[in-house]
Amino acid sequence: MNNSLIIGQYVPGNSFIHRLDPRTKITIIFFFVFIVFFANNVPSYGVLVLFALTCMFTSKIPIRFIMKGLTPVWFLIIFTFILHLIVTREGTVLFELGIFEIYSGGLIQGFAISIRFFLLILVTSLLTLTTTPIEITDAIEDMLHPLKRFKFPVHELALMMSISLRFIPTLMQETDKISKAQASRGVDFRTGPLKERIKAIVPLLVPLFISAFKRAEELAMAMEARGYQGGDNRSKLRELQITKLDIFGYIIFVLVIAVLFVTRTYG
Amino acid sequence: MDITFKNVTYIYQKNSPFEHKALENLSFHIPSGTFVAIIGHTGSGKSTLIQHLNGLTVPSEGEVHIGDFKLTNDEKPKNMKELRSKVGVVFQYPEHQLFEETIAKDIAFGPQNFGVSEEEIERRTKEALRQVRLSEELLERSPFDLSGGQKRRVAIAGVLAIQPEVLVLDEPTAGLDPRGQKEIMDMFYNLHREAGLTTILVTHSMDDALKYADQILILNKGTKFMEGTPIDVFRQKEALQSVQLDVPEVVQFLTSFEEKMGKPINFSNQSIDEIATSISEIVKGVE
Repeated sequence: MNNSLIIGQYVPGNSFIHRLDPRTKITIIFFFVFIVFFANNVPSYGVLVLFALTCMFTSKIPIRFIMKGLTPVWFLIIFTFILHLIVTREGTVLFELGIFEIYSGGLIQGFAISIRFFLLILVTSLLTLTTTPIEITDAIEDMLHPLKRFKFPVHELALMMSISLRFIPTLMQETDKISKAQASRGVDFRTGPLKERIKAIVPLLVPLFISAFKRAEELAMAMEARGYQGGDNRSKLRELQITKLDIFGYIIFVLVIAVLFVTRTYG
Repeated sequence: MDITFKNVTYIYQKNSPFEHKALENLSFHIPSGTFVAIIGHTGSGKSTLIQHLNGLTVPSEGEVHIGDFKLTNDEKPKNMKELRSKVGVVFQYPEHQLFEETIAKDIAFGPQNFGVSEEEIERRTKEALRQVRLSEELLERSPFDLSGGQKRRVAIAGVLAIQPEVLVLDEPTAGLDPRGQKEIMDMFYNLHREAGLTTILVTHSMDDALKYADQILILNKGTKFMEGTPIDVFRQKEALQSVQLDVPEVVQFLTSFEEKMGKPINFSNQSIDEIATSISEIVKGVE
């Protein structure tokens, strides 16, 4: 199993960030994604970085764990940095590197884009690290509620989302189990020519599909047997609630935006 | 093949908040040709242990020796495939690994991967099918048309056709009807004796462990809790109960007999007949 990818993995905890209402977190991240693009100078980037790092520290998730989880993303960040460095032709020429001329504008641009990228990924992975998938779907269902007026199947969509999220770990386990069973029968998933390796996937995929379909059928039957009916009259086990914490969170975020615009204009 | 574990520790998801020790400082030795039962609660590390037996996982610390193969954290044998052709593993619910269009093809899948010749595969397929008591008429049918019990037998035949020297069984009878359970276990036992296999059985059934095993290994929270012959192990009722394990029905019977009659019959893996004789002697003596 791929343990290095942490996006989508929830780490239980009881920090301020964990206890925020998922709607608050989603709203803040939604606006954060926009304001990241408003930063235009060192102080304004500083404000954003400070905000993101503060969130990270308050979440009490081990920093080493977050950083290790971002390893696949580091490559992308560095790649965009180098691309900007080489391609941008603004400002003064700093030095020549083989056939490339490195411009000061390129350096700045590269840094700016990499920081934006890093911030976006850090903040969004903090969302999934501190919020259970169920909370996220509940929040999305609640936030999409106005669309109901236009006959948009909000509840069904949320149900589909939570079911598929629920079954991701199950499918991963299943994949692990079947690939081990087939490896014991002599399948080699890791080495050998590409053609052979593609062929080796069939004994993995067929049992996986069969069990997924079977599981879906059983789930549907179990839901029907218990008289499941979606819709307006259905109550929830966990009601989402906006608390003082959330108001505090919003206030801080609005302050961050305010400071950002001040530094952007006068910094 | 001899199997030796030396201070084996296995850690899942090392260096993450989900870090979890599945095995801790585990050492034991299984001589070639032994039938060993591994018993333990869910989460005691049984499944992790058997994955070490054919190199699906390597120990985080310590050493595993299987015949001439050596597994450590930084040293994997280069001929892993050879190891896997010598250690056959029947996983829990093995029918979930079926995928071919016909039963013949599915049984042949393992031997094919290990480079066995076509004629030999054909011979082995028929033999394996006979061992699991399925008719040859089924060979061209799809494995998905079969009943659950038959699917299980096909999957087991697929492992037997590899003709391993070590057979690892992870609860091979879970979910089968009582008759099927007995048939399959007797089949494994006969095979163990006839082919001189080393058999490792993971089970929850104390009665199976008593009936078939030469040696019992009890795991608790990833460490070795007890090891010995069935007689030695099942005499220690209190120790077993302290880790929420039962004793076989025979032992339960003998204990409650002692409580009611005030006369002990020592447990020495005697047959039902022998027990009946001892009881009748005691009863006659009482009168």
